[in-house]
Amino acid sequence: MTPPPAPAKQSAYAVRALGLSKTFSHPTLGEVSAVDRINLCVPRGICFGLLGPNGAGKTTTLRMLLGLLPPSAGTLELLGLSMPQDELRVRAKLGIVPQADNLDPDLSVRQNLRVYASFFGLPRKNLDAHIEQLLHFAHLSERGHARVESLSGGMKRRLTLARALINAPELLVLDEPTTGLDPQARHTLWRRLEELKAQGTTLLLTTHYMDEAERLCDELVVMDHGRVLDQGSPRSLIARHVESWVIEIRHAAQNISAFAPLREWGKLEQHGSSLYLYTHARHEAMVQLDALAHALASPPVLLQRPAGLEDVFLRLTGRDLREDA
Amino acid sequence: MNLHVSFPAAFAVFSRNFLVWRRLFWPALVMNFGEPALYLLGLGLGLGHFIGEMDGVNYLAFLASGIIASSAMNTASFEGMYSVYTRMGPQKTYDAMLATPVRVQDIVMGEMLWCGAKALFSASGIFLVALALGVISSPLALWVLPAAVLTGLAFAGPAIMMSALARNYDFFNYYFVLALTPMLLVSGVFFPLDGLPAAVRPWIDLLPLIHAVELIRGLVLDVALSRPWSNLAVLSAYALCGFWGAVWLVRRRLLE
Repeated sequence: MTPPPAPAKQSAYAVRALGLSKTFSHPTLGEVSAVDRINLCVPRGICFGLLGPNGAGKTTTLRMLLGLLPPSAGTLELLGLSMPQDELRVRAKLGIVPQADNLDPDLSVRQNLRVYASFFGLPRKNLDAHIEQLLHFAHLSERGHARVESLSGGMKRRLTLARALINAPELLVLDEPTTGLDPQARHTLWRRLEELKAQGTTLLLTTHYMDEAERLCDELVVMDHGRVLDQGSPRSLIARHVESWVIEIRHAAQNISAFAPLREWGKLEQHGSSLYLYTHARHEAMVQLDALAHALASPPVLLQRPAGLEDVFLRLTGRDLREDA
Repeated sequence: MNLHVSFPAAFAVFSRNFLVWRRLFWPALVMNFGEPALYLLGLGLGLGHFIGEMDGVNYLAFLASGIIASSAMNTASFEGMYSVYTRMGPQKTYDAMLATPVRVQDIVMGEMLWCGAKALFSASGIFLVALALGVISSPLALWVLPAAVLTGLAFAGPAIMMSALARNYDFFNYYFVLALTPMLLVSGVFFPLDGLPAAVRPWIDLLPLIHAVELIRGLVLDVALSRPWSNLAVLSAYALCGFWGAVWLVRRRLLE
């Protein structure tokens, strides 16, 4: 009799990566570092975000975490199991929602789930009931027989999510899950993700949408150039990196000298045609700003809002447009 | 390189293809069975009328055995190229599989077995036509069916390797025109090899198709096989090396 495999030690972390690196050899540039000695610790049961501009190394990091790309250096543990040694056992407990839809277009909605279950070697017993549950969860109960091509973008994403849940994963990895979806479809998907988190599934997601990250993530890292720039909860990152209020002065970039006295209250920056004042002293700044604006022939439009993750993101990664973006 | 295959996983890949194939049964029937059957009827009856006997046997029987072998080759090669490429590239079917406990070697094994199954499907169709035409005399001829599966396996690996190297569908034209079609013409499918220069013969013996033809022709004609172990050895070697090469190239393409 063969002894049963040793149980995975119940690690408190869903992901633990230490010194994870990936270098590629480039024909002209030589060794290029896509991910540079990053450390990531994702506690179980939370939603963890991986943010960064295009080319920051997010997808490379994700592919290494999933065992789809061998790391150049570093150690990696998923769900208490070490990669790549325990890759198969890790995969059995992992769900993946990829950036590009890779549903099987040759199969119906229900067949997509059934065939995917066979890849996990799931027993047929109770499988049909489980599939009906997932279709219900994804709001696709009526579409079980439909061809994948006939589904809308939102439906395809929900089916991809349902498919990723077929093995009841402990860790669900989502690569830009709502890119290209309309607002209704995004909200539907967010609600589903919140339900999953409430059930105890750990979520790891990458996104370009700061509202999405702010709404879903308990903790996140901002990456750029293959390195982690900072890590924390959305609130703590905002508190750490930007002033609490942002006042936008529309179309006032040519008049920056007229508004220079505002620098007393915070940081005054020019982006595009507008000026932005980042400040903790909103009321005092507004009094002065009103006075300065009224002195002009045509007073500019003023907008004020609390600072958000987008401001953190832009301050950390720079506002300049990436050439490779 | 890890070549350890999980057969349940490979079978899941195979079953996925079977499920899709059931839906596309009729176009598959026309392609894998209808076309070679037309060749057999057209050439066998038309050309056979003038030729009568080839190499001492009825030309229809000579041709039928050649076409069973070549249709097994073509069916497996088509599946290993166009279909596998579609699943590897445009449809990203393999990317989805690799997010599960299925690994590259399981995918390649499942696809190779599927190529073998499609070769069997195609060979069975021709076999039935040959039976109807009164060409087959002994029940021992049923051994051509496993021989067709082995032929399919031998051609599956190289075809999947081509898929892993291809950047578009047009790339397969090279393989067809530079490898498969010349092989078809020098492997004794349509005519015996007696006319070929003696210096060329040893090289042709390195190709898989001639071994498939020899094996299948002997079984169809119910005559003693001249060198069955060499035939089986060469076809098996192509199947095994093809598996190894396909795993290596598909892994390079999908995981690096």
